[in-house]
Amino acid sequence: MRNIWTVCRRELYAYFVSPIAWVLLTIFAFLSGAFTYLISAAFLRASLEGQMSGQTFPMNVNEQVIAPLFSNMAVVGLFLIPLISMRLFAEEKRQGTIELLVTSPVHDVEIIIGKWLSAVLMYGALLVVLLADYAFLFVYGNPDWKPVATGFLGILLQGGCLLAFGTFISTLTRNQIVAGAVGFALALVLWILNWTTSFGNSDTVQVLNYLSIVSHMDSFSRGVIDTKDLIYYVSMIFFGLFLTARSLESLRWRA
Amino acid sequence: MIQVENLSKKYARHVAVNNISFSVEKGDIVGFLGPNGAGKTTTMRILTCFLPPTEGKATVAGFDVFEQPFEVKKRIGYLPEAPPLYPEMSVEDYLTFVGRLKNVPGGELKSRTGQVMERCAVADVRSKLISKLSKGYRQRVGLAQAIIHNPDVLILDEPTSGLDPKQINETRELIKSLSGEHTIVLSTHILPEVEAICEKVIIIDRGRLVATDSVENLKNRAGVGRGIQVQVETAGAADAVTVRERLAQVPGASSVYERASHGDSFVFEVESADGQNIRGDLARAVVNAGWNLQELKSMTLSLEEVFLHLTGSHPAAATSALPATGEKA
Repeated sequence: MRNIWTVCRRELYAYFVSPIAWVLLTIFAFLSGAFTYLISAAFLRASLEGQMSGQTFPMNVNEQVIAPLFSNMAVVGLFLIPLISMRLFAEEKRQGTIELLVTSPVHDVEIIIGKWLSAVLMYGALLVVLLADYAFLFVYGNPDWKPVATGFLGILLQGGCLLAFGTFISTLTRNQIVAGAVGFALALVLWILNWTTSFGNSDTVQVLNYLSIVSHMDSFSRGVIDTKDLIYYVSMIFFGLFLTARSLESLRWRA
Repeated sequence: MIQVENLSKKYARHVAVNNISFSVEKGDIVGFLGPNGAGKTTTMRILTCFLPPTEGKATVAGFDVFEQPFEVKKRIGYLPEAPPLYPEMSVEDYLTFVGRLKNVPGGELKSRTGQVMERCAVADVRSKLISKLSKGYRQRVGLAQAIIHNPDVLILDEPTSGLDPKQINETRELIKSLSGEHTIVLSTHILPEVEAICEKVIIIDRGRLVATDSVENLKNRAGVGRGIQVQVETAGAADAVTVRERLAQVPGASSVYERASHGDSFVFEVESADGQNIRGDLARAVVNAGWNLQELKSMTLSLEEVFLHLTGSHPAAATSALPATGEKA
């Protein structure tokens, strides 16, 4: 445990003393702010129009603002996550510091979990910005807090899952750009897998839909914690970290 | 402290280390010597558990590098050829991080970091970013990193490469000063470095062990031409042939070769029959003949010649394999 925290702490140090953290935070703050504004503006107009026409539609901040906002930010996450994970091992390999890590009395698993955890915490720092956006909805409205909590859990799990694969990809190269590009491609593929649902409902489509990373977010952002989705994310995280461990081990045999 | 038995490391296309065996005793400073690409780094990486061996066995402090890497890693301080530094960290933060990584207890971490910074003369740049440091400082931070957990064994891969002569001297002094507490293995392709620091040499070439011995023994062992160089100035009183005859008459002198002549100054190389010391007799012979003795020195082989002799390289090939340049110090 102590070693995991040692590794994690150094990675966080690296994120926050370099421009990476601040650039990502800025981008995320801008995009989440824009989405919050656009979605709540549309919600307001819809509710005003409803009042003026005398018809009362049931209006719900949770369903009409918070849930779509989560879905949108989850997609934004797909674009930013490779930028977080690409440096994890590629940079160490380029600098030669990987030799320090693997010749220290630390288990590979501890290095991997430490690094992955730091990336999750970095992603969590981005989500804190999103929390600030939601705070406005709580100030001016009266949404239910529970779907917000599950939504954050879902978006964090989705992030953790992509970061696990990003960590793996980062062990394959010493070039950060390559690691970023491949991670980005993988995130996109996992995202568009559920678009195949428009082709019918065959077994293949169902499998692809299950594998799609974004479709598992929906129930979380509606306030439902479905074990099916939870298992999907947790097992994907394990799988990604397992691949990382194998890759790190093979590095020694190949080096 | 270190036992290596029939160690090999093979790759698909070449053999980096081929069946080498050696041992290093506690407290030794051992120079690991060989041209670039001889397999020095590979051997060191096996000892530090970075690479697994293909065949053979290596133990450090009684622990097998393959079976019990964790125990080995705890006892080894390693400085790879490129110091493993994080440029975005300050020296102190970096050393604190490495200390934690190497299981230095939390309570001792601060004092230990302070000690190694003093020891390696980097305390004056403790709060500077590593990216801003000069090469000499980086190398010393690399050394500080290697000793932070007070390891039994220090493995240093070309610790002076790329440094200027002053920095090389400082680094050598530092390494020597560490020898009391640690067993040190250092690799180099610079021969005078071995002569300057090490007690024992392990020479490898193209993956094979060529020799392992003390520096002194090695020089003696290959001391084929134990000649004495004599420079005589006759002020026109005698020619080269006369001088040569006179020198050949000295008891114990087996053969005399003329090396160079400038006007009436002659240089001869005299070989003694069975390695006996005839320098006194030679000097007397020259002076009694009324000539001026300008130089008299024994021509022991330099380690460089020993190395070439042992690795069997031709001098021409050796100059490219052994860039002993930058070694004016």
